[in-house]
Amino acid sequence: MYLEGVFQLRGRDFVDAGLVSSRIKNSLKNKGVPEDTIRKIAVIAFETEINIISYAKEGTISFYLLPDRVVIEAEDSGEGIENIEMALQEGFSTADDSIREMGFGAGMGLPNIRKFSDDFEIVSEPGRGTYLKSSVMLNGNYRAKDDQDDNA
Amino acid sequence: MTTLETIVETLGLKCKCCWEKLKTEVKGGYAGDLLSDVMANSKEHDVWVTRQVHQNIVAVASLKEHAGIIIVQGAQPDSDTLAKAQKEGIPVIVTELSEFEVVGRIYKLLHEQD
Repeated sequence: MYLEGVFQLRGRDFVDAGLVSSRIKNSLKNKGVPEDTIRKIAVIAFETEINIISYAKEGTISFYLLPDRVVIEAEDSGEGIENIEMALQEGFSTADDSIREMGFGAGMGLPNIRKFSDDFEIVSEPGRGTYLKSSVMLNGNYRAKDDQDDNA
Repeated sequence: MTTLETIVETLGLKCKCCWEKLKTEVKGGYAGDLLSDVMANSKEHDVWVTRQVHQNIVAVASLKEHAGIIIVQGAQPDSDTLAKAQKEGIPVIVTELSEFEVVGRIYKLLHEQD
């Protein structure tokens, strides 16, 4: 009941890169989610989006607005990650030149996602794909507008 | 208050898109060509100085709510970049000046106001 949206992404579709993050951000703004939470989610959603576009054949990004947190969940089918410990180190990247030429592939994506998350989980199987879940906590004063409506 | 217009006029830059947004206030700046770095470290109302020209810079500037993008060293934005910038309402400004000079002069302008 807290699922706010699910978006499909295709690998190598850099033309629309950022669109999903932008929709998530606008949706959270409309729900009155605090700015500091939205700022973090925007970075997490963007990096997740770029990772799927850069490395997967296809994938989905879902986002949830819970009473105490916003959750970004991503699942893709693609090359997966051989060594997650390495991939989480800043500067480590397997990006090819075409990705680097656009200013991506600096090895900052996953480290940024972890850095801006309050809770972070990643599971990957080489040759199959990657699952990622990131949560950002809301401050105690926030109540989702839907909840307010439900209680009215 | 420093606006994009002040920066464009003082440094002699050329606006390629979204002239109507030049009155936007610039509160700070960020320089960089790595999009993840800019995503993580820049702030709202920053002017972003870069050498990147492809359309993903507009997505970053829009998500981060930058005041505008300045493309340096004579590089020209792709036509897709300008079309997207127009749609998102992100001013794109170009200059022959180097990144070093642009950043230095904007920094001075912003801090003269203090």
